[in-house]
Amino acid sequence: MNTVFQKSPMLADMPLHYCPGCTHGIIHRLVAEALDELSVGDRTVGIAPVGCSVMAYNYFTCDFIQAAHGRAPAVATGVKRARPESVVFTYQGDGDLAAIGTAETVHAAARGENITAIFVNNAIYGMTGGQMAPTTMPGQVTQTSPYGRDPKAAGYPIRVCEMLATLDGTAYCERVSVDCVKNVRAAKKAVKKAFEIQLAGKGFSLVEVLSTCPTNWGLTPVGALEWLREKMMPYYPPGVYKDNA
Amino acid sequence: MSEKVLIKGNEAIAEAAIAAGCRHFFGYPITPQNELAAHMSRRMPKVDGVFLQAESEVAAINMIYGASAAGVRCMTSSSSPGISLKAEGLSYLAGCDLPAVVVNVQRGGPGLGSIQPSQADYFQATRGGGHGDYHILVLAPNSVQEMYSHTIKAFDLADRYRMTVMILTDGFLGQMMEPVVINNEQLTTNSEKPWAVTQGKGKNIINSLFLKPDALEKSNLDRYAKYQKVEESEPLHEGYLLDDAEIVVASYGASSRIARNAIDEARGRGIKAGLLRPVTLWPFPKKAFAKAAEKARAFVSVEMSMGQMIEDVELAIRCRRPVLLCSRVGGVAPEPAQILASILEADKEKAI
Repeated sequence: MNTVFQKSPMLADMPLHYCPGCTHGIIHRLVAEALDELSVGDRTVGIAPVGCSVMAYNYFTCDFIQAAHGRAPAVATGVKRARPESVVFTYQGDGDLAAIGTAETVHAAARGENITAIFVNNAIYGMTGGQMAPTTMPGQVTQTSPYGRDPKAAGYPIRVCEMLATLDGTAYCERVSVDCVKNVRAAKKAVKKAFEIQLAGKGFSLVEVLSTCPTNWGLTPVGALEWLREKMMPYYPPGVYKDNA
Repeated sequence: MSEKVLIKGNEAIAEAAIAAGCRHFFGYPITPQNELAAHMSRRMPKVDGVFLQAESEVAAINMIYGASAAGVRCMTSSSSPGISLKAEGLSYLAGCDLPAVVVNVQRGGPGLGSIQPSQADYFQATRGGGHGDYHILVLAPNSVQEMYSHTIKAFDLADRYRMTVMILTDGFLGQMMEPVVINNEQLTTNSEKPWAVTQGKGKNIINSLFLKPDALEKSNLDRYAKYQKVEESEPLHEGYLLDDAEIVVASYGASSRIARNAIDEARGRGIKAGLLRPVTLWPFPKKAFAKAAEKARAFVSVEMSMGQMIEDVELAIRCRRPVLLCSRVGGVAPEPAQILASILEADKEKAI
């Protein structure tokens, strides 16, 4: 019998802790497959954030560092400057990358730091129980926006790709979605390209992945995918925002 | 090869780091430590090293966290308000048992305080600075030569114990110029770090998260077993006219040099005063203080803070002798006459 699909060797053989219907598992697989296809797993260092993917260090077979909340781009900078031959990526959520770690994100990009950021945008703080995130949609109900996010009081969501695309140090940034097979395949291409940009030494690369949180959105997995398509994708249009390849 | 040069304390620290094999410096501007980063920015490119001006103190310490996790010797420097920002990183470095050298050229506080010299960060340094149960090793030089030699020692200690070593100094010593004998050859090299990432010998994880309470407790207990070795092996002090001292002046760093003058003056008046200068502030040289208490009638803690080190002096001698506080703060140093007055006051204490 021919093997037509198998788990990437870059993924450890252990169960993920993510909630049913959460798309972190898909995104982990895409990152793992990209690193494997580029044959760089033995020189890759991942930086785990604080948030739902805090334990990413358990799920990949490469070296991993768990970083303080929001500091992953700074930690990645330290690793990359110490070991320029290594492949360094951060895996961060919206609270980590676009709220507490905004300075680290913007300045790593501005420096053209030759690292890759995988940015999982699910419009909510998942691990802590569903608080308003910097990417929470206007009107979206969360634990800390119980009447819906009111931009007059809580401001507007941040479009990270659009913001980082203005920086000369950003070599590549693309927004993708993992709501359907077609988009998952496109997301895989984007992730792989981001690592290729790093391998070519071109500078900062980031892939923003629109993701779901059925648990904290209070939706079924299928309903969450529909919400992502209907509510998030118009506000956060998928596409390539910068490509210096 | 060694040569004698006239340099500032801040520059001596930078040169010593390079001599110790440090090739990665991450910093952020703040007075009065700027000469250190400026010197690094000039020197690092000449030795194939990395100088990076970070976007914040928070970022700088986390770059240290990453570089140290990758197994290289690295350093950051700052001054008091900036060290507060680094506190998060200090805790994470401790939680992951990562070696690092951090310099605090202290200025007056709290808040933005002043840019004048101070010793008001004693508690912050000797109690670790951040959250959780941990220590950092604290070295307190009192000359530009010691700024140099202690910095080299700091890198060795950091690697040996896999912990942060802080050079706790102040604006006086940082800005002061003195002749220093420097080594032009690299003195020490990176030790083997099989635990680091990028070693290519199987997966390594750098992490301080333990969701199981018993695992986290064990991690803490293991770390404290290490700290116990540090407390047994690494306390350092310097004595001056200490052997027969009845009035023992405790003072570290810049203020210890002023204290020496006052002690000479007191000796001239027939008072058996001596200096016990802690060189390591953590571990505190408790045994030296306990020994001094056998002969001493009283102690005087001379510090540029509102009575911080005095608590460690009292603990070290188990409060068996009176300890007077002689302090100036806010960027002011005590004058010899003030210290002498405190020695005279202490001399009124009766014989044991």
